[in-house]
Amino acid sequence: MSYRKRRGSRIRPYTFTGGRTRSRHPLMVQTLVSTADPSTDAPAKLMPESQRIYRLCRETRSVAEVSAELKIPLGVTQVLLSDLAELGLVYIHPTITGNSPSENQVLERALRGLERLFQ
Amino acid sequence: MVSNDFSSDIPTKMSTKIVIAGGFGAGKTTLVGSVSEIPAVTTEAVMTEASVGHDDTSATPQKVTTTVAMDFGRITVDQQLILYMFGTPGQTRFWFMWDDLVRGAVGAVVVVDCRRLADSFEAVDYFETNRRIPYIVAMNRFDGRLEYTADQIREALEVSASVPIVDFDARDRSSGGTVLKTLLRYALSNSPVAAPVG
Repeated sequence: MSYRKRRGSRIRPYTFTGGRTRSRHPLMVQTLVSTADPSTDAPAKLMPESQRIYRLCRETRSVAEVSAELKIPLGVTQVLLSDLAELGLVYIHPTITGNSPSENQVLERALRGLERLFQ
Repeated sequence: MVSNDFSSDIPTKMSTKIVIAGGFGAGKTTLVGSVSEIPAVTTEAVMTEASVGHDDTSATPQKVTTTVAMDFGRITVDQQLILYMFGTPGQTRFWFMWDDLVRGAVGAVVVVDCRRLADSFEAVDYFETNRRIPYIVAMNRFDGRLEYTADQIREALEVSASVPIVDFDARDRSSGGTVLKTLLRYALSNSPVAAPVG
């Protein structure tokens, strides 16, 4: 008689995301996210992973940082964050891609910042 | 904390991204680490690959799940703007991930190890071919010396005439910072205002 070995906490990523692999919001690895109302607790109905994301995002950070700090794979993190944004619980900050002329101002700001930091 | 127009910091922060590419061991992670304000972080992406091009899956129609590690670092440029640097996975078989990483980047640096030029060719080729974002080539000065001139590198790796080629030391913060500044200046000179549509 043998017992099946438990595989620790290894769960298929899709289990968290209901089978979805794409997020509905433009969440890139560098996109900053923050909890919309940091003074409130995470709604109890949220999955534990989403609650952890909610708590972590009381301080603004990027999707990649959320993934790394909570050790949740990037794709799963994106989908869970997208759901939280859909519920109005998480705010998605603007991501500057340099694709529109209006963003040049921001790139110039970035350059000035680097010139200050790396003299 | 000083109160100002941005006293609620939530809607005002924004971020941008630079991609650090290059062959395996060329110095990508070293560069990210030397300019980052945080120790370089590794995140993992679970990628579900279709079996196309992988003969080991030809017998089984299921998709294959692969975990790919990515290094990244961060520079807080000012109170509202954060610049992230993402190192591409070095292994060639993770090309499919590059599109995801490159999407939305303001530019890319291809780090070249002059002792192993051939390793950089695919990265240069990627940016030359898809031309979606501006890129520059940064020759990493291992042991303080370079075996090739910028012109030789340009010819060997088939780098367009307009693409800046600089040399630097990936271990040196200031030297790495100069590479990032060069990329941003180049990206600004290539801004969409001047670029033809299409």
